[in-house]
Amino acid sequence: MTNIEQVIGQSQHRSALSRVMNFQVFWVFIAAVLACLALTFLTDSFATERNLFNVARNFAFVALIAVGMTAVIASGGIDLSVGSTVVLSAMVISVLMEGGYPFWLSAVMALVAALAVGAINGVLIAYAGMPPFVVTLGMLSIARSLAMVLSNNKMIWEFGPDHDLLLWVGGGATLGLPHPLYVLTALVIVMSLVFRWTRWGQYVFAIGGNEHAARLTGIPVRNLKISIYMFSAFTAGLAGILMAGWLGSVTTNLGQAMELTVIAAAVIGGANLAGGEGTAVGAVVGALLIEVIRNSLILLGISTFWQGTFIGCFIIIAVGFDRIRRLRSAD
Amino acid sequence: MSRLRLSGISKHFGAITALNDVSLEIAPGEVLGLMGDNGAGKSTLVKIVAGNFRPSHGEIRIDDQVVDFHKPLDAQRDGIEVVYQDLALCDNLSAASNVFLGREPLRSFGPIRVIDYPQMRKRSAELFAQLKSETRPRDLVRRMSGGQRQAVAIARTLLSNAKIVLMDEPTAAISVRQVAEVLDLVRRLRDQGMSVVLISHRMPDVFAVSDRIAVLRRGQLVADKATASSSPEEVTGLITGAIEAA
Repeated sequence: MTNIEQVIGQSQHRSALSRVMNFQVFWVFIAAVLACLALTFLTDSFATERNLFNVARNFAFVALIAVGMTAVIASGGIDLSVGSTVVLSAMVISVLMEGGYPFWLSAVMALVAALAVGAINGVLIAYAGMPPFVVTLGMLSIARSLAMVLSNNKMIWEFGPDHDLLLWVGGGATLGLPHPLYVLTALVIVMSLVFRWTRWGQYVFAIGGNEHAARLTGIPVRNLKISIYMFSAFTAGLAGILMAGWLGSVTTNLGQAMELTVIAAAVIGGANLAGGEGTAVGAVVGALLIEVIRNSLILLGISTFWQGTFIGCFIIIAVGFDRIRRLRSAD
Repeated sequence: MSRLRLSGISKHFGAITALNDVSLEIAPGEVLGLMGDNGAGKSTLVKIVAGNFRPSHGEIRIDDQVVDFHKPLDAQRDGIEVVYQDLALCDNLSAASNVFLGREPLRSFGPIRVIDYPQMRKRSAELFAQLKSETRPRDLVRRMSGGQRQAVAIARTLLSNAKIVLMDEPTAAISVRQVAEVLDLVRRLRDQGMSVVLISHRMPDVFAVSDRIAVLRRGQLVADKATASSSPEEVTGLITGAIEAA
């Protein structure tokens, strides 16, 4: 007869492999790898240094924001305003730099603007109790409009004395890797640790799992929610700065409809729209898959109009997999 | 000595009197079954003790000290824990994380402070062993049985070294086998010297574990007597009003 301590001490006997295979991220990653392999054989242009460089850079922007979105979704919320926050941040830095201010000051101001957007979202959601969908939908409209007001809806391509620095930060490369990829790597490492090992990370998932329970245990749910929306806006602001440098010019349609791609990346990467689940690595893998599909359509000569269909299907399949898993574990 | 003493507690919501001059006492290590029909004032009484409401009149004493709760956290600080009917657990987190939710132990790495998971698992395993519940600290609450979930919720109260545990309908929605498990958990809490207030509709459960039974009817305390000297028939009569008072 086994005693109770043994039963309690027993961990579930599952191999590392079976645990890995239970993760949606793993399958999405396999899908992305298979797509890459197929493209390498089907086209001459995929596995070129130039193309891979572009893929790596393009997906980094979506992935950056998808990490922020994962925090929001894991807490049971949604942030539709990230695309507009991108353009607001990009516009703040470019207007300031055009006006002769140095890069660092302008970049800080751009991030402050983004954080302000997140703070307003968070306060309205946490304290006024408004649904995140509605608040951030309103902010989607407001932030883009503010960017238009700020720039008078003109394109900006002169960035003052630090012009070259901005282009280097966003569009440059070190050791053959584009700079946005470095920023993304740092963010993913930090956030993976934060999600797993800090109280903040634990509470994000607790709120997404059962907000009422989280509140009863004395977790400062409201302030936490504000910080979550500010974090999401921060990643969008960061992406805005990098995109300004990458494109070398900023127009007010920058980041349009980006929120959908970002949400898709997070969901494909395993973030559960019902809250309580999601990983930083998953967000990156989701973003990678989307970019590889986009790239492959172009390389294979298929009309890019199909892109939305593919991404839409992937979202539905990802959510479908989740349903199946849930039904199986409910048995 | 009384662990919890309520004297002359009344609660008015506008013109409605939810509780009228209720006085009750619970000794350490005593299980009190609190019974009454819907709307009799059970939840109001529990919410007053748990710090959700302040009474309109009357006073609460814990270990003979007068207390005044403005919010649930005040009550928690004075050793009152509530096990809610829905248990208030996060399904997506592990048993250990749920036990420690809101009070995770931290470990320092220089300036960085991280959650001490090994410590959390070790301590929760001890608590589950204490409750004699076969609950594994690493398992997700989502995959657990009703009885294990109760154990997780109750382990929270052990962790905080509560003096008084209020349990709201803990056996309302679970299977017969799990009811037995939960009643065992109540006995374990009592054995640790905690006072338990068990709010329940289920007569057999209350008679199985409680030392005393208190009956509320339309905001008034109509009975407060030893379980041994009462019977389910009498309590039913007291709840419905067929028996005026006992």
